[in-house]
Amino acid sequence: MKKRYLIVALIVLSILSLFIGVTHISPLDLFNLTDDQTQIVWKSRIPRLVSIIIAGVSLSISGLIMQQLSRNKFVSPTTAGTLDSARLGILVSLILFTAASPIEKMIVAFIFSLAGTFLFMKILDKIKFKDTIFIPLVGLMFGNILTSISTFFAYKYDLIQNMAAWLQGDFSMVISGRYELLYISLPLLVIAYIYAERFTLAGMGEDFAMNLGLSYKRVVNIGLVIVALSATLVVLTVGMIPFLGLIIPNIVSIYQGDHLKKSLSHTALLGAVFVLFCDIIGRIIIYPYEIPIGLTVGVIGSGIFIYMLMRRRAYE
Amino acid sequence: MVEVKGVSKRYGSKAVIDQVSVSIPKGKITSFIGPNGAGKSTLLSMISRLITKDDGDIYIDGEDVHQAKSKELAKKVAILKQTNHLNLRLTIRELVSFGRFPYSQGKLTREDWKHVDEAIRYMELEDMQDKYIDQLSGGQRQRAFIAMVIAQDTEYVLLDEPLNNLDMKHSVQIMKVLRRLTNELGKTVVIVIHDINFASCYSDYIVALKDGKVAKEGTVDEMMDRHVLKDIYEIDMKIETVNNEKICVYFK
Repeated sequence: MKKRYLIVALIVLSILSLFIGVTHISPLDLFNLTDDQTQIVWKSRIPRLVSIIIAGVSLSISGLIMQQLSRNKFVSPTTAGTLDSARLGILVSLILFTAASPIEKMIVAFIFSLAGTFLFMKILDKIKFKDTIFIPLVGLMFGNILTSISTFFAYKYDLIQNMAAWLQGDFSMVISGRYELLYISLPLLVIAYIYAERFTLAGMGEDFAMNLGLSYKRVVNIGLVIVALSATLVVLTVGMIPFLGLIIPNIVSIYQGDHLKKSLSHTALLGAVFVLFCDIIGRIIIYPYEIPIGLTVGVIGSGIFIYMLMRRRAYE
Repeated sequence: MVEVKGVSKRYGSKAVIDQVSVSIPKGKITSFIGPNGAGKSTLLSMISRLITKDDGDIYIDGEDVHQAKSKELAKKVAILKQTNHLNLRLTIRELVSFGRFPYSQGKLTREDWKHVDEAIRYMELEDMQDKYIDQLSGGQRQRAFIAMVIAQDTEYVLLDEPLNNLDMKHSVQIMKVLRRLTNELGKTVVIVIHDINFASCYSDYIVALKDGKVAKEGTVDEMMDRHVLKDIYEIDMKIETVNNEKICVYFK
């Protein structure tokens, strides 16, 4: 797959995304929008588009970094408890600081997701049986334990409805004023790009990295901070989008290899294109209603995931 | 020169390496031999700072290995461990280019690429340099890793069982390359090796370890002696001279 095809797809889908919705806006209206239409475009359509792209890019890249650092193709924010611990963090911030501002929620959730991800990596170190499938299963169990803790406290404090909002990723709630936190992901992506070579090196193992004079622990820590923070931001603003960090890097790996320097931009583009595509489908399939993105990506993503599991032997 | 002085490594109460002192001559191939569990790989890993030591000192060209900056040391010493099962999809050329990391920190200059090309040529991998590592046979993969170490361009090259899982042809090929590295490029090569006859035919100096201690060290002639080898391996063997090489016969 050529990078320019991805770029073309991204542009076409972005334009489509801007003009699909209950309020009819056609590209021809663009230069004489009514007040209502201007409002819709600036308050809803553009924030939605931006958040789709950022969420798609940052979750895919988080998955890619996690897979390299854990040396396992099936580890991602979904299968390592990262998203679940972020959610637990949001819940805790809601319980302890009832009137928490988005920034405060973000900080608490970030601390939780970072701690959760570190804990998972520690568990990984301790596991002797390093089967490719076994490890993500452990991660899923770990995530489910965290989710049950969250659910328990959510019941106790009557926050279950609140929690459901982050259970299911949903872009229809994204309007200006409620998604801007996502912009924090942008500098993270820049750091990810700068560290690309080092992540790949770390992915070759501690001995390997040390032989080449790389400070392994520092690179792993930086990687995990990027992953935890960008996953937290997505959960906070959009909600959970499952499988994304799992399937996108794996698809790119098949045709582009695993050298992060080469695969990073492809992963970012494909992630954005995929989420845009799923979002548009979710918006037209029961028009004028919407299927939340978590569901669309979940259905399409799990299909692709199963397919990848089946062909695993083919390219291992 | 590598100087190991009174070095110990303990796991729990068991000393894997016990007060070992040894000097490894410069510009030569030195082989570590000995039975399983003698501590050969552990010693090699300590020399290359991959694992910490509990006692003693290790100097390379007078510089304390465990005090030196890891980044700088990576330009002087390269180590290749035996478990190089990568599950990353990288091409040979990409893998070899990582050898330049200590110099380039990821931004390879033209000079760096020249080293990469040379290393690939040295290991005769030009034809397959764009193939992914996971599509290669064991011998090709090992050559690719050695090419990376050559690109790293260090004075000292440490290899932990480089012949592991290789057939005769590829084993000979690897050993010949190591010989050329010392003869043509003046590098110091230290290997852990199980095949005593490869050690005999290709090394300049042999260090035998047993139970975490140096059992005996010396030149090939001194070491390829039935009494010496019997002490080390606890089996009877015959030493024959074939084409001026000392060959040890121990199969029956």
